[in-house]
Amino acid sequence: MSNDVAVLGVGMHPWGKWGRSFVEYGVIAAQAALADAGVEWNDVEFIVGGETVRNGYGGYVAGSTFARALGWNGSRVATCYAACASGSAAIEAARTRILAGLCDVALVVGADTTPKGFLAPNIGERWDDPDWLRFRLVGATNPTYFGLYARRRMDLYGSTTADFAAVKVKNALHGLHNDNARYRKQVTLEEVEASAVVADPLRLLDICATSDGAAAVVLTSMRFARQRALDPVRIRAVSTVTPRFPNTALDMPDIATDSAVAVSPPAMSFRASIAHAAYEEAGIGPEELSLAEVYDLSTALELDWYEDIGLCEAGGAEQLLRDGATSMGGKVPVNPSGGLACFGEAVPAQAIAQVCEVTWQLRGAAGPRQVEGARVGITVNQGLFGHGSAVLLSK
Amino acid sequence: MSQQIMPAIEGWFTIGEEPALVGQRCTKCGTIVFPPVATFCTNPSCSSREFSSVPLSRTGTVWSCTDAHYQPPPPFIPTTDPFEPFAIAAVELEAERLVVLGQVATGFGPGDLKVGSSVELVLEPLEVRDDTQYVVWKWRPTSEASGS
Repeated sequence: MSNDVAVLGVGMHPWGKWGRSFVEYGVIAAQAALADAGVEWNDVEFIVGGETVRNGYGGYVAGSTFARALGWNGSRVATCYAACASGSAAIEAARTRILAGLCDVALVVGADTTPKGFLAPNIGERWDDPDWLRFRLVGATNPTYFGLYARRRMDLYGSTTADFAAVKVKNALHGLHNDNARYRKQVTLEEVEASAVVADPLRLLDICATSDGAAAVVLTSMRFARQRALDPVRIRAVSTVTPRFPNTALDMPDIATDSAVAVSPPAMSFRASIAHAAYEEAGIGPEELSLAEVYDLSTALELDWYEDIGLCEAGGAEQLLRDGATSMGGKVPVNPSGGLACFGEAVPAQAIAQVCEVTWQLRGAAGPRQVEGARVGITVNQGLFGHGSAVLLSK
Repeated sequence: MSQQIMPAIEGWFTIGEEPALVGQRCTKCGTIVFPPVATFCTNPSCSSREFSSVPLSRTGTVWSCTDAHYQPPPPFIPTTDPFEPFAIAAVELEAERLVVLGQVATGFGPGDLKVGSSVELVLEPLEVRDDTQYVVWKWRPTSEASGS
């Protein structure tokens, strides 16, 4: 019995800073995905929304908000929150309901409208909220953590700020012709290195922005797809793993790690365990990848991901980058969409957008950014508070 | 100067001559937890709810460091006007085998630290309110680290 589900349709609302309601973006993306699938909204049996926490009650119940905006159709509904991993948590909810045989057609939607500047915690005095306390007691923003990871790479592996800048240059080039991307402009090493330092050693152009945007996918059972004589892209595995104790790498938004004094750390770091669980579930290894969409919240973090998805050993990412292996035309292009460098982050939509890109690539429908002969692709990211996220897809 | 000195958060660290972070030690498996806010042991193989309070090592080595060039949003409390960049370090405590984040003591930047540099815990003011000075822990490079 196969554990595959079909990605029958994908759709997005372009990323930007549009200043309109997340509901509008979500519905436009959902309608695009339904049209792409050739499925009517009335035939959807299960809708899952990725929750947005910055848009009031409608955002907390995103699944039903989208259902109502599309017109109540009686479908089952769920809403998922897993921070940056919300989109893949929503995909997993839909996939498992399909695989359980409880429905054939599911719609997954994530959309966000973001404020300007740093993502800040919710207001009020919240002395029991680690996300509030890290700002209050340490002044640690999200870029603080990106800066810590980047500096550690430099001191352990000899990475340079020029390596980090080269990631931005590569991704800017990849996203140049992506109509859904917010930033479609070539960037030079000099421009990255001339931008303001935000969190040493990272500069403004090393760190992704926050954006408005939406993405949606229509997932169906393989039986449903085959009845329509379709040969769709398939989801082979989804990983939503949590860390194993003791997690000894400092994760956002924590002030401290677990202690390894009583129990030895696991052989594999949390970040490496995310893709690993997807590979295990699908019986597919990293050597079979044609491309990857990884969460480049910062340029340096993209290099961490090369190692954590098994493209190379620890400390080998800079060489892969310098060799062009992760550029378009290389062995495994990373972030052919342009990544967060070109999109900025729309939290509940982003993991779904990664799946949209891999789907277009595996269909051979990615236009000027097509990875030749793409057969297998993976998406990875990590959500605050211990949310792993990876989706492994193949033709 | 009748200002009273208080910790910026209750129970996370001691003040005085030799200030120290305060952790919880599970009385059954020995796991240490910081911040000391656990109700249950964090070890998945241990179901204990009993902890003793233990001071953590006052010195450690840098896991990594960075700085903040832009003023963080509230509830961050700026201590200078105009805002001045400050450094932040994640510090590994050898005996407890955990990493704790904190600002770096005033006057030091990320250039003064490397992965592996030695630091010690100090207290610095976070804010003054109602004649009370609230202090917070910071990491200060120790002499053996400087110039390395």
